[in-house]
Amino acid sequence: MADILVYVDHVDGAVRKPTLELLTLARRLGDPVAVALGNGAADTAAALAEHGAVKVLTADAPEFAEYLVVPKVEALQAAYESVSAAGSLAAVLVPSSAEGKEIAARLAVRIGSGIITDAVDLEAGDEGPVATQSAFAASFTTKSRVSKGTPVITVKPNSAPVEAAPAAGAVEALAVSFSEKAHGTKVTSRTPRESTGRPELTEAAIVVSGGRGVNGAENFAIIEALADSLGAAVGASRAAVDAGWYPHSNQVGQTGKSVSPQLYIASGISGAIQHRAGMQTSKTIVAINKDAEAPIFDLVDYGVVGDLFDVVPQLTEEVKSRKG
Amino acid sequence: MSLRIVVCVKYVPDATGDRHFADDLTVDRDDVDGLLSELDEYAVEQALQIAEEADDAEVTVLTVGPEDAKDALRKALSMGADKAVHVEDDDLHGTDVMGTSLVLAKAIEKVGYDVVIAGMASTDGTMGVLPAILAERLGVPQVTLLSEVKIEDGVVTGRRDGDTASEQLEASLPAVVSVTDQSGEARYPSFKGIMAAKKKPVESLDLEDLEIDADEVGLEGAWTAVDSAAERPARTAGTIVKDEGEGGKQLAEFLASQKFI
Ligand SMILES: Cc1cc2nc3c(=O)[nH]c(=O)nc-3n(C[C@H](O)[C@H](O)[C@H](O)COP(=O)(O)OP(=O)(O)OC[C@H]3O[C@@H](n4cnc5c(N)ncnc54)[C@H](O)[C@@H]3O)c2cc1C
Ligand SMILES: Nc1ncnc2c1ncn2[C@@H]1O[C@H](COP(=O)(O)O)[C@@H](O)[C@H]1O
Repeated sequence: MADILVYVDHVDGAVRKPTLELLTLARRLGDPVAVALGNGAADTAAALAEHGAVKVLTADAPEFAEYLVVPKVEALQAAYESVSAAGSLAAVLVPSSAEGKEIAARLAVRIGSGIITDAVDLEAGDEGPVATQSAFAASFTTKSRVSKGTPVITVKPNSAPVEAAPAAGAVEALAVSFSEKAHGTKVTSRTPRESTGRPELTEAAIVVSGGRGVNGAENFAIIEALADSLGAAVGASRAAVDAGWYPHSNQVGQTGKSVSPQLYIASGISGAIQHRAGMQTSKTIVAINKDAEAPIFDLVDYGVVGDLFDVVPQLTEEVKSRKG
Repeated sequence: MSLRIVVCVKYVPDATGDRHFADDLTVDRDDVDGLLSELDEYAVEQALQIAEEADDAEVTVLTVGPEDAKDALRKALSMGADKAVHVEDDDLHGTDVMGTSLVLAKAIEKVGYDVVIAGMASTDGTMGVLPAILAERLGVPQVTLLSEVKIEDGVVTGRRDGDTASEQLEASLPAVVSVTDQSGEARYPSFKGIMAAKKKPVESLDLEDLEIDADEVGLEGAWTAVDSAAERPARTAGTIVKDEGEGGKQLAEFLASQKFI
C-alpha cells in the first residue's frame, strides 16, 4: 500500500483531535506516516500509533517556535522527500487550521502539487483521493481531485470519527536543515490562549451560541450556563463579538470558526449567510429567537419563538434536573 | 524613499445573492452581482493607514479577474488608493489558486513593491492560502492573518491571533502581509473620493505582458479538478413552537428525544 503523509497538530506533545480524525481518513487511502514537529514531537507517538500511524517522523528545533510557518514547511518537505524516495507516496494530509492551510499551500508550491483546502470527507478514487468540500456557505457540496503532483489536502475538524487502529508507530528522527527563508518572519512573543475548561469550539459535540440578542457581555453567563449543563462549547455571532461581549476566538462563521457539531443551539442569532457558513453542516440545529421570521428558523430541526431570557434559563434548569 | 504598497483585491459574487456554479463547474460570475470582496476592504484600509503614516507612499490595487472586476478596483480607488492594475485575459477563465498566485506574483514584480497586502480569504473561494503562496513565490517573508499591523523603518510588525496562541510577528520588507476583519473597520468612500477615483489610472495587463503561457493557467492548466457540484438538499422543515411559558421545557423534551440529554 502507498504511504500517506499526515501532518500532526499537537500542543507540546498532546495530539489534537483533528489529527486523529485525519488518521481515520488516511487509512482509507494507504498507510499513514505521521510527521510531528516541535516541542514534545516524540511524545505524540503513542497516540498516533494507537490510531493507525505505521511510522512517526519527528523533528525538534528552536526554529519551529521562533519563526512563522516556513520552518514547518521545510520539515514537511524533508518528510515528503524521504518518504517518496523510499516508496510510493499517495497524498499529504494536513489539518485545516489557519496555520495548517498555510503550511500545506507552501509545501504544494514547492513540490509542484495542486492543493485542496477544507475537505470534509475523503475517499479513494481511480485517479487519486476524492475530496468532498462545501461551497458557498455550505449550500453546495463539491467533489474534487488534485490533478497534478502528489495531492496535498487539508481536512476540516469533525470530518471523520476517531477510530482506534493500533499500528507500529515506529519513531524515526527526521533530518531537517533550514534555508535562509525559514528565518524570514520572527515570532517575537507568544501568549497562549487561556483555557476556559470548556471543550474546544471546533471539536465539541455540542455548541451553544449567542448573538446580538444576548444584549451584553454579562448576559453571556446565561449562554455559558446552558453550555455547561450540556458539556458544550460556547460560540458567538460576529455581532456579539464586535460589540465586545465575547472573544473573537469564539466567533462562529465565515471569518470565525467553522463548526460541525452533533448539536448547535443558536440563541438571539438571526442566521445571516456569513454565520450560516460556519454552522450549517451541524447535524441537529436548534434556535431560540423572538422573531418568527428570522432566517435561522429555515435551518432548524427545532425552534422556539420566544425571548431567550425566558427560554434559555428554563432549558438549562430542565437539562440539569433531567441529568440529575 | 517611497513605500510601494500593492494591495491584492478580488472581485467576488455577492454572498447574499444566489451563488452557484456554471456548467463547467467554475464559479458562476454572470448571474450574481459582483463586488469588491468585503474581506479585501480591510486590506485596502490597512494599506491606506500605513500610507498615511509613511512620509511618502503609493498604494496600488491589483486584481486578477474578468472585465467587471474593474468595479472592485474603482471601489478601492474611491476609498483612496492611488492607482490600479487589472490583469485580464480570456485564457484566465477557470484558473485555480496556483495559477492565480502565479499571475499575481508576476504582476506584483512588474509593478514593483515593498509590501503586498492581501485579505485573510476571498469570500467566494474562502481558501485563505493565497497570501502564503505569494510569499513563497516571491521569496519574501509572510506576515499573515494579522489583526494589527504596523510598518516602520522597513520593518513590518503585527499580531496574529491563532488557534492556541496570539503571536507578535516581525519581518523586514519586502514582505507579504494579510489582515483579518479584526484589523479595523474599512472606511466608506467619500463623495470626493468617488469623483477622484474616476481620474485615477487603471492599467490593464494580459498574460503576454506578464510572459505567462496560456497553458499555465485556466481550467486546463489548473492543478485541481472539480468533478461534481451538487446543491445541498434543503434541511427538512423542523418543528417550530411559540413560547407560551413552557418553551424551555419543550426544547428540553426535544433534546431528550434526540438523546442529547
Ligand atoms: C465579510 C463578512 C464576514 C462575516 N463573518 C461573520 C462570521 O464569521 N460570523 C457571524 O456570525 N457573522 C459574520 N458576519 C456578520 C453577519 O452578516 C451578521 O451581521 C451577523 O451574523 C449578525 O449577528 P446576529 O445574528 O447576532 O445579530 P442580528 O442579525 O442583529 O440578529 C439578532 C437576533 O436576535 C434576536 N433577538 C433579539 N433579542 C432577543 C431576545 N431577547 N430573545 C430572543 N431573540 C432575540 C433578533 O430577533 C435577531 O434575529 C460577517 C459579515 C461580513 C460582511
Ligand atoms: N483574483 C485575485 N486577484 C487579486 N487578489 C486576489 C485574487 N484572489 C485572491 N486574492 C487575494 O488573496 C486573498 C486570499 O484569497 P484566497 O486564498 O483565495 O482565499 C484575498 O483576500 C485577496 O487579497
